[in-house]
Amino acid sequence: MTTAIRIEGISKVFRLYRERPTTLKQRLLSSHSRSEEFWALRDVSFDIADGSSLGLIGANGSGKTTLLKCIAGILRPNAGTITYRGRLAALLELGAGFHPDLTGRENVYLNASFLGLSRRETDRIYDDVVAFAELEDFMDNQVKFYSSGMLVRLGFAVAVHVDPEILLIDEVLAVGDESFQRRCLDRIRRFQSEGRTIVLVTHALDVVREVCDEAVMLDHGRVASIGGPDEVVRTLRHRLLSDDPSFIPEEGTREVEISGVAIESDGGLQDTVRSGEGFTITVDLRSDVAVHDPAVSFAVVSASTNRPVLEGKTSLLGVSVGTVDRKKRVRFRIPPAPWESGGYFVTVGLDSPDGRFYHVQTQHYPLTVPDADHLLMPLEVQPTVEIEDL
Amino acid sequence: MTRSLSSAEDPLRPGSHSEGSPPITSIPDIERTSEPPRLHVAPRFRELLAHREVLVNLVRKELKVKYTASVLGAVWSLLNPVVFLAVFSFVVKVLGNLIPDFPVFLLSGLLAWNFLSSALQAGSRSVIDNANLVKKVAFPREILPLSAIGVALFDFVLQSAVLLLFIGVSGHGFHLPELWLYPLAIAVLIVFATAITFWVSAMNVRYRDVGHLLNLALLVWFWFTPIVYQGWLVQQKLATVTILGVDAWTLYLLNPATVIVLGFQRALYAIVVLGPGKDPILPLLSLQRQAGMLLAELGVSIVLLLLAWRSFFDRSGDFAEEL
Repeated sequence: MTTAIRIEGISKVFRLYRERPTTLKQRLLSSHSRSEEFWALRDVSFDIADGSSLGLIGANGSGKTTLLKCIAGILRPNAGTITYRGRLAALLELGAGFHPDLTGRENVYLNASFLGLSRRETDRIYDDVVAFAELEDFMDNQVKFYSSGMLVRLGFAVAVHVDPEILLIDEVLAVGDESFQRRCLDRIRRFQSEGRTIVLVTHALDVVREVCDEAVMLDHGRVASIGGPDEVVRTLRHRLLSDDPSFIPEEGTREVEISGVAIESDGGLQDTVRSGEGFTITVDLRSDVAVHDPAVSFAVVSASTNRPVLEGKTSLLGVSVGTVDRKKRVRFRIPPAPWESGGYFVTVGLDSPDGRFYHVQTQHYPLTVPDADHLLMPLEVQPTVEIEDL
Repeated sequence: MTRSLSSAEDPLRPGSHSEGSPPITSIPDIERTSEPPRLHVAPRFRELLAHREVLVNLVRKELKVKYTASVLGAVWSLLNPVVFLAVFSFVVKVLGNLIPDFPVFLLSGLLAWNFLSSALQAGSRSVIDNANLVKKVAFPREILPLSAIGVALFDFVLQSAVLLLFIGVSGHGFHLPELWLYPLAIAVLIVFATAITFWVSAMNVRYRDVGHLLNLALLVWFWFTPIVYQGWLVQQKLATVTILGVDAWTLYLLNPATVIVLGFQRALYAIVVLGPGKDPILPLLSLQRQAGMLLAELGVSIVLLLLAWRSFFDRSGDFAEEL
């Protein structure tokens, strides 16, 4: 596997002005000390493998957009180098690089020239761009009369048709109607299948888990976590939740503990449930000493609202786990339900009959529901439980 | 696993290129590195050359925006000197004038000045006005002030064509040894204007009053330059004046615009003294002296250009953040 983008020791410092002098008078009257340095990126290094799709995530102000702009060449890093091979197209925000007074057609040519295409090369892709953006009737109108959805469509259409080896995307897919978003995602998948490299900055963690095969989390300008999207997304989620002082990712006395959790849909998918499908949450318990009748509970929490949409507990479901000596398996069967598409996290807990926590893993396990119908909340389904000695 | 959704087992024609269109041939399969923190002139120049298509598109864009929603379009640019020539020819006929062929005298200097002032004014706004591009697209930022130069050059060429035509047909005629100054004066004008434009456009991003200051400075500068009055008058008045032991006329000639304008006037108007017993119109300077001054200014302008370019480059890395 070769490297598509090599990021070595990138630092970017911004000058923050408490009251930024924008006129000479202010500049002359104010002393130099009023500006302070803000390190948006500090010694960031990692490689992005050829053909991989990397999700760049982090809290607001963590530096992910700054890093993307450095890769794109829009900002110049103060230290470090970024090396890449081939054509790189970047989609940053709305209507990237369009001039409002020019027509759609002229903007396509202007945009393509930024990406290194000659006029003749642009002639050849022009019809495909227009067809993809579905703007055949508007190409001779000035872009200032376009809706935001039209701008995004045109921008995305140009970027994917210039045949880039590397595509950088920043939050653009949030705009545009659902059918266009789906086509964008299809297009991104096709890019992946063609072995192109994608770097995606987004707050939509579900998209990262669905689309990316690697993720990097930035925190205050440094790489905080790098690896598979599920782990990195979970790290970020825990980091975001930990701003809430009541959030504790894992706790308990561990007299009996959770040794493993598996989520499998009726269709046999791991960590993914299609809407209208049932699924099983399997909790493996382990203890060194015999523990009598711990209660096993779970909660499915929506990643977007941070609210539990489904909860279950053995004791409340009228099932006794019995004595756990060494190993035991508890299986929650959740019947088919109209799940809303999106990301969820599953909390699993063990507690004693008198309410002590043996072991709780808060929002530790991701669950994705891809493209679904609408949800009726709360879910009126009743899980069932099976207990199995191992 | 969710990841299987995105991995290589995508059913969509693997390896195919964008919908039916052939792959674009000029894929730059070269390794590219992010910009170094300091300007390296030769590689940067190659980078600019590689982006000439962007420059062409931006100049075209500026011209289009400038003349958009106007029926005559670029004809307006031509109309300006044509009306000038007509009005002044008429006024001079009616009132009489000390300067023969006054329209030629005036326009030979004024067109050069117009180029300088419009390049500086448009150039100072070039980065700010294109904030939406700067913030979202990567390209060498030098292209923005260069496109302002390009637009000014477009008008300059059209207007100069009108003037040259007028000189040819009006009976003023071209004067040969003097005409050799013309290409040299144009070169100095362009290099000097580019240097100053780089500088003001970068400064204007941080300090917005550079634009206002520039308008005032141009007004003062215009009257310090012998465009509408005869250079010889200044030479005569200043001949006896010394400032701090330096001859005031020499100081006057330190104005770069003066050297350029005198160069254009000498090349196109060419008449220093109309006849014996009459007062000179252009200052009494030998052709060699004027060529020497232009060459010296060319050298200084090239140095200025390199300095201004470096300053622009240093600042341009943060333009996307400062706008």
